[in-house]
Amino acid sequence: MTDETILSVKELRTWFHGAEGIVKAVDGISFDLHRGEILGIVGESGSGKSVTNLSILKLIQSPPGYIESGEVLYGGQDLLKLSAEELRRVRGGRIAMIFQDPMTSLNPYLRISAQMIETIRLHQGLDRKAARIKAIDTLRLAGILMAEKRIDQYPHQFSGGMQQRVMIALALSCDPEILIADEPTSALDVTIQAQILDLIKDLNARLGMAVILISHSLGVVAGMCDTICVMYAGRIIERGPTDGLFENASHPYTQGLIKAVPRLDKKSGERLFSIPGQPPNPVGLGDSCAFHPRCDRTMDICRRQRPDPVDLGTGHFVSCWLHQEGHREVHP
Amino acid sequence: MSGDQNLLEVTNLAVRFTLGTTALAGGGKRYVNAVDGVSLSIPKGETLGLVGESGCGKSTTARAIAQLIKPFSGSVRLKGQELTTLGKVELVAARRHLQLVFQDPFASLNPRMSCGGIIAEPLRIYSHKGIIPMNSKEIVDRTIQLMDRVGLSPSFRNRFPHEFSGGQRQRIGIARALALNPELILCDEPVSALDVSIQAQILNLFRDLQDELGLSYLFIAHDLAVIEYISTRVAVMYLGRIVENSLSAELYLHPLHPYTQALLSSVPIPDPAIERARKRVRMEGDVPSLTQADQGCPFHDRCPGRMARCRTERPKLREASPGHEVACFLYHN
Repeated sequence: MTDETILSVKELRTWFHGAEGIVKAVDGISFDLHRGEILGIVGESGSGKSVTNLSILKLIQSPPGYIESGEVLYGGQDLLKLSAEELRRVRGGRIAMIFQDPMTSLNPYLRISAQMIETIRLHQGLDRKAARIKAIDTLRLAGILMAEKRIDQYPHQFSGGMQQRVMIALALSCDPEILIADEPTSALDVTIQAQILDLIKDLNARLGMAVILISHSLGVVAGMCDTICVMYAGRIIERGPTDGLFENASHPYTQGLIKAVPRLDKKSGERLFSIPGQPPNPVGLGDSCAFHPRCDRTMDICRRQRPDPVDLGTGHFVSCWLHQEGHREVHP
Repeated sequence: MSGDQNLLEVTNLAVRFTLGTTALAGGGKRYVNAVDGVSLSIPKGETLGLVGESGCGKSTTARAIAQLIKPFSGSVRLKGQELTTLGKVELVAARRHLQLVFQDPFASLNPRMSCGGIIAEPLRIYSHKGIIPMNSKEIVDRTIQLMDRVGLSPSFRNRFPHEFSGGQRQRIGIARALALNPELILCDEPVSALDVSIQAQILNLFRDLQDELGLSYLFIAHDLAVIEYISTRVAVMYLGRIVENSLSAELYLHPLHPYTQALLSSVPIPDPAIERARKRVRMEGDVPSLTQADQGCPFHDRCPGRMARCRTERPKLREASPGHEVACFLYHN
């Protein structure tokens, strides 16, 4: 990982028109991605992780969704302002994406070769023969044995883990600078999950490709990422380098999340910590801190006003009144 | 452990599915042995965790125990009563002691019934059949009591499933399972569809109910950390067989079977320092399909410690140390 920022998301807001009003699925998110970095985004269902990443490539279905405001700066331009034609060149080319369910991401009617060669030719202008060679090479890179034979098979002839490898190969085939992986292992068994995560990590190290890894599992991001963003109700409530974030989790939600996961390395005698209540209804989130109804250290101000991010040093940011100057003393 | 102490005693359970006829198989029928000689027992008040990857036969085992799928062979004894040979009427009576909680709280509740109706349904059926006579006042009271017990406000009685979140729906499913005062609950991945913060709430609810009501659980999950938290004993399944069975604490400290070791080392731990220092037991390949299984050890082609005999002989589940059973030639001849 280097200090060079290659992607910068600034105050992104993606809203949806819902039956009951406007759903602010993503509401003011900012982060930077550095060259070669693995950035993790964790959060529970509905926290806005996936919407954030779909917004980066403007893949939000509109209507009902729309990008209310914000910038996604990449290579000196704002991706959100590009025309459909210009965006198409970025998507799958410089920025590639893989999804949770590999079976639904691959076209079941087409051989792997057809799907890969089409992508490579479109983005790199190679002829059919050269594109096929390139496709076989990337399949090998993604750990598929006998790639020259398997490339002519159909998706259903691959197991779930192998399909995800095909998806990764497809994403890699155009030498992307950034790989967005949206829950890439959630549909897979643990042993296969370990293989796929090893592969992503290895490719990141070898190719210097930056990765945005979206996951609901703290265990997955702990082992993989350089930096972690924790999302809750459409906002990043805590962000920082992985070690600092785990050692010194500062938002009550992050602390609760870490304590709520049953862990293999801890004795199971004691009772599991659980965060009371449920994630909030995304419609009509007011000006309060979205976590305050579930928080055990709620103060008056939490009900009235939303906290801004505070820098705790070394790039560790938290949005919580407990850490704001002037409030800290009240509740240590 | 003798048979009478155990609430549930399963011996040599096998479930076979027919795949249809093919010319390749010489026109004969082909079968898949989804569950292949599983034996397990659950003493009163204990939890047996059943863990394994998709397709290993965990859910089929639970369904065969509840007689929702007819076992091909083997015996299932609940409170000393053999379930596999019971007729329809007797089976209904016996099932009051055994209830199920399912994985998907969206698919397992009838969307057209109210929450109160769903919880009261078993009571109505058993009352109607004269097994547990209750009048409607008693049924309402019991429903309210159950909702209260699982942490649902009784004022939600007339709401419908779509008005509840995933965690609340799972509470409805649990209340329904508790309605008949069962002694054994078969939990088929009851927390897999839930978010972490909700998962912890539901796991704690399962524990509290066990302490209070003396329930026994067969708890199925693919998450080993969840299994460790909830279980007294753990059985690890691979391709329709139990490959290791031991007390939970012992299994996690001293996993014997190479598959268990690989499984444990694949589970990510939410601590970056530990995670970096860990050595993974790498396992090659995918879970093979059940139809490919030959006469050898089902794990041999992925096993890092395989020997020549693993290809031709199938190891039996035997004790390696007191109370710790493993099916692997590395530990016995």
